[in-house]
Amino acid sequence: MKYKSGAGRATGTTLWTEDPNAQIAAKLKALYQSVQEEAIPSRFLDLLEKLDAAEQQSALQGRE
Amino acid sequence: MTSEKNDFKREMLSALPSLRAFAMSLIGRHDRADDLVQDTIMKAWAKQDHFEMGTNMKAWLFTILRNELYSQMRKRGREVQDSDGHFTESLAHHPEQYGSLDLQDFRKALETLPPDQREAIILVGASGFSYEEAATICGCALGTIKSRVNRARQRLQDILQVKGENDYGPDETSAPITSRAFVS
Repeated sequence: MKYKSGAGRATGTTLWTEDPNAQIAAKLKALYQSVQEEAIPSRFLDLLEKLDAAEQQSALQGRE
Repeated sequence: MTSEKNDFKREMLSALPSLRAFAMSLIGRHDRADDLVQDTIMKAWAKQDHFEMGTNMKAWLFTILRNELYSQMRKRGREVQDSDGHFTESLAHHPEQYGSLDLQDFRKALETLPPDQREAIILVGASGFSYEEAATICGCALGTIKSRVNRARQRLQDILQVKGENDYGPDETSAPITSRAFVS
């Protein structure tokens, strides 16, 4: 990656290319966040609703 | 009672994005990862009386997910044990799942790690857990987690440096590289 400005070169290249650990850490986080930032699939919202409803139902029946 | 129940559900919801990311990082496929998350939700719901509100819900769910994964792997035996090549191959059919080619390469490198090293580096390096929390989640000693993270990091460095020359190379017998950032 090339930086046009002097400032970019000073900070960017030092962080990015000279420390392999920082590079690996950044990629690992990027990969993780790509999934984490997805909306929660509706199957899970539905599942929680169902679990909740089933439990309330059985609680009501238990009281009668 | 009811509000505690709502808190439980709300906290579980807020931990789900991270839980999915963890499952996905471990397994490498959306469909299998989400099946595992679903199993985890069911297990956690059934065990919610064991959870103390105010303690770390995320760590609790991660522990359940991890135990569930390994229990399923034991049941399925070799099929899942041989996951690395299988999952890596499956990735080729879903190139759109990860934004850049760069990340796909990284994902493949991650999948060549032994499972215990992979989960350790994910928990500490991406999920935001401390070494202590990661050790609790994995049910092992603090020193074990630290050494797994270090080995994972060295191996990823090796892989990403040799990549292209001899296609991921030999394995951890490659010359060790001193790692700095993960020494704590």
